[in-house]
Amino acid sequence: MKLSSQISQNRRISTIVLPVITFIVFLSIWYAYAKFHYDNPVQRRNALPYPHEIFTDGFLPLNDKVNGLRPILGYMWPTVKVTFLGLLIAVVLGVFVATLMNLSKGIEKSLFPYAVILQTVPILAITPLLTELFGQEIGVRLVVTVLVAIFPVMTNMLFGLQSTDRALHDLFTLNQASRWTRLIKLEFPSALPSLMTGIRIASGSAVIGSVVADFFFAKGEKGIGYYIRTRQQQAIQRPEMFAGTITASLFGIAMFVLIGWITSRAIRNWHDSNLAIRQSSFKILRPLKGN
Amino acid sequence: MTALSLHNISMTFPDGTQAIDDVDLTIKRGEFVTIVGPSGCGKSTLLRIISGLQQPTSGTCEVNRKSLGYVFQDSVLLPWRNVRKNVELNAELQGVPKEQRQESVQKAINLVKLNDHVTKFPHQLSGGMKMRCSLARSLVSQPQVFLFDEPFGALDEMTREHLNDELLNIFLQEKFAGLFITHSIQEAVFLSTRVIVMSSQPGRFISEHTIDFPFPRVPDIRYSAEFAELCGRISHDLKLAHA
Repeated sequence: MKLSSQISQNRRISTIVLPVITFIVFLSIWYAYAKFHYDNPVQRRNALPYPHEIFTDGFLPLNDKVNGLRPILGYMWPTVKVTFLGLLIAVVLGVFVATLMNLSKGIEKSLFPYAVILQTVPILAITPLLTELFGQEIGVRLVVTVLVAIFPVMTNMLFGLQSTDRALHDLFTLNQASRWTRLIKLEFPSALPSLMTGIRIASGSAVIGSVVADFFFAKGEKGIGYYIRTRQQQAIQRPEMFAGTITASLFGIAMFVLIGWITSRAIRNWHDSNLAIRQSSFKILRPLKGN
Repeated sequence: MTALSLHNISMTFPDGTQAIDDVDLTIKRGEFVTIVGPSGCGKSTLLRIISGLQQPTSGTCEVNRKSLGYVFQDSVLLPWRNVRKNVELNAELQGVPKEQRQESVQKAINLVKLNDHVTKFPHQLSGGMKMRCSLARSLVSQPQVFLFDEPFGALDEMTREHLNDELLNIFLQEKFAGLFITHSIQEAVFLSTRVIVMSSQPGRFISEHTIDFPFPRVPDIRYSAEFAELCGRISHDLKLAHA
């Protein structure tokens, strides 16, 4: 075996083995805490159940129509829809607004402070206002998702557009490129890696936004947040609550991996920042073949 | 035939720095003029004024900007385009139809010997290959005037000499009017028909040397006594420019 492939194989093993070790340590602490903190098993199960209890009681009742894996997946579907649609709208709007800001300093100065305010307002503190404006069904949850996801998209896109290489701008100026050509052939491609970073951050926010919105707006087609909240109310359903939460966060991880994969496809050939992604520890989250 | 002429060009920056003071320069087609001078003496600013990227404080510049090649200090390639697409860029931005530009793009690629690398992306190229690509991009439109802003400054000595040889070959074929900027006296003497020494703050032309080596020049003239003497004279003037 060649030395270089030996090294790369070792590196690949370590990118899998090390996180697994961390996970085992985490589970051990969980078991230890649950074991020694609670005297009686019922009390424990209703507060911090053992991980295997979450699996057997939270996920496993396969034929139960109210609790367990099947209803969880049923509640996930609206969450998935709201998250994707919300993220999509946030990307389209965020890119559009960032592009306007990039075209005109005036627009940037008039809008940017409000974008920051939008980001800092605790959105769920204005629940009554949102209900007044958008009701309590899937529409308002979409609005919440867009509101939490748009800021990272917009700011990263704007940063990407504005950090386009000055020498490349000079080159386009020398060739009498129009504003439109400059935008399409220079600024958009330059901003792509930044935009993808923004979308990756926003994807996590979008999942949390759509799940938490379920807590406050619970009419119409309900999502996984509703499942989690209603199982919070009874201590006896603690395993069910954890099962719902774990499923929601697995979805968040899946979004993160998906966006990372799309990013590496989109800029695979050419960008320095792609090299940084390749070398980062997120490698395990990207397809292992082709490296 | 005069391709470029500057009259009384001066440039003072808003902070009061006088970058260029009363510069006159005329270059004909088939002439290759090199400016040497200390860092920050306004050499690059002069090229930016000629190309129209900057306006001079005073003076006039006569040049056909529609037929201008500009090679930057860095290769300035689009990282998301392969070599062929990068070479095509200027012609594409100038609105040359796709079918019409193919032939001149291929010719430029041949000229800089990048034939085997047309599908590579910039991050896969060496420094020398990137500069060739950059050069080819400007060659496509066969400009009458070619501006070079210290293009080979970041390359190692061997690569630089090699590219100098090739640049001279291209110059002989294309017969443009060249204006080249460098820190390297050897490079200046080897390439040029005239070498101008520029002082800094204010940036002025303080001396001019005619280089009479006949074309085509062989690499070995670098080792001749005459070459060494010219370099010595220019070096002496440069020391004055620094003072």
